Amino acid sequence: MNFKLDHQMFLVLNAVVGGLFVASLIGFILSRTVKSEGGKTTVENLNARIHAWWIMIGIFSISFLIGPAGSMLLFALVSVLALREYVSLIDTARADHRTLFWAFFVFTPLQYWFWYIGWYGVAIILIPVYAFLFVPIRLVLAHETAGFLDRAARIQWGLMVCVYCISYAPALLTLNIPGYPRQDAKLLLFLVIVVQLSDVFQYIWGKLLGKRKIAPNISPNKTWEGFLGGVASAIALGTGLWWMTPFSPLQAMGMSLAIALMGFAGGLTMSAIKRDRGIKDFGTTIEGHGGILDRMDSICFSAPLFFHLTRWIFISTHHAVYKH
Amino acid sequence: MSRALLASAIAACARALAGPSVRWVDSTPAPGQRVYFANHTSHLDFVVLWSVLPRKLRALTRPVAAKDYWSSGLRKAIAVNAFHAVLVERSAKSTGADPIAAARNTLEVLLAALGTENSLIVFPEGTRGNGLEVGPFKSGIYYLWLKRQDVQFVPVYLANLNRILPKGEFLPVPVISRVAFGAPLQFNAGETKESFLGKAHAAVCALREA
Repeated sequence: MNFKLDHQMFLVLNAVVGGLFVASLIGFILSRTVKSEGGKTTVENLNARIHAWWIMIGIFSISFLIGPAGSMLLFALVSVLALREYVSLIDTARADHRTLFWAFFVFTPLQYWFWYIGWYGVAIILIPVYAFLFVPIRLVLAHETAGFLDRAARIQWGLMVCVYCISYAPALLTLNIPGYPRQDAKLLLFLVIVVQLSDVFQYIWGKLLGKRKIAPNISPNKTWEGFLGGVASAIALGTGLWWMTPFSPLQAMGMSLAIALMGFAGGLTMSAIKRDRGIKDFGTTIEGHGGILDRMDSICFSAPLFFHLTRWIFISTHHAVYKH
Repeated sequence: MSRALLASAIAACARALAGPSVRWVDSTPAPGQRVYFANHTSHLDFVVLWSVLPRKLRALTRPVAAKDYWSSGLRKAIAVNAFHAVLVERSAKSTGADPIAAARNTLEVLLAALGTENSLIVFPEGTRGNGLEVGPFKSGIYYLWLKRQDVQFVPVYLANLNRILPKGEFLPVPVISRVAFGAPLQFNAGETKESFLGKAHAAVCALREA
């Protein structure tokens, strides 16, 4: 695992901070000018979100600048908090207790540990194979058959989404792309910027032009205008950032499209869970945004795809294997 | 390490583990002598309840805990040394003593602990439940009220703590918990034991959906 702070990273981080300044300024002006009741609520929520962005970007930047260990630790913590929100929300049985303990305190640290030491072969199957089998086995040992399949599936799903999928974001630091020495951290930065700004763009386009609902019974605030405008903006942004990645502009465009689409799908999927459980947000940890999982839903779905697409393009080990 | 510091450190760990969201429903964390009475599902209950009180109130708030469980080793260090817990006999069954005398003795201990400035945390079910329903209240809290009608009786509902550390488990799972405080109960001067316990029980259950 390699890491080097270069001037491209500084440039991008500075641009992010500059963008936040502009957002804070706009939020401040809106809070002074908007007078209608509905408008005020929106602006208050907007400013709460911007405020939370400052904190999130601050924490992310610090861990990012510490290096791979910092990013691994941060995302491991994010996984624990996300899994906690998820488990708190779903029904678990008394008999699930020890299986849940394993999920939180064994599988989650192990997942990040295997990425950290760069053991790719185990990191990609620890949860889909070993935890997948372990969970029902441990549940069987608790001698409770009521709702067995439901209970096992819920825990497996939580581990997959909150731990396995999120862990792909810092896993980008382990790629070691040929011809892109010690710069993998910029891929993480690229992913986080494109996926989070895609969410922000969708929110802004939706607020400005949103009319036609895209999935009214799943997420009433999502509109076609927000979706198309947001994805198009995210693609434009991602393509414009090609110079910090190992991608050509065309590849960067395709990657941004994949990230934005998967991010959207992630948001919608997690909304379906929230709807099913009859709640609006997964938690109250991040002011204006809801819970950690509300902010991470788009990363959950886009990070694994982005990781494997990148790996497939640049690290073609399969050639070496299949040639013979 | 001073008692207050140790208790604060344990409380911080409990808050990190249980991530409690706190609501005061028609109620405020005001100073003054109080008896907080709550449903009981976990050994974490009193630590979490204590830890979400404002710092000023914590110093004067003492949990009431079962002597048979909390009076030795590490448990004693936590309960007695850190939280200044009041240890009481759960029932006369273990000692074989006269139940009425034992109950009277417990009441004396509680009255002494309350003193002129302290508050108490009690769990009137007397034992940990499964978290599905609140069990019937034991009458001790009624006799406490008879002697100390100047003290406010504040209902508290603790949700999800049974999922963090249920009965019979020793390893915790960090589920998010909820603590809801209700308004101090209003009683008539001649309240009977049944109506007192009924009101108290209903007040805790009402906070369930809060």
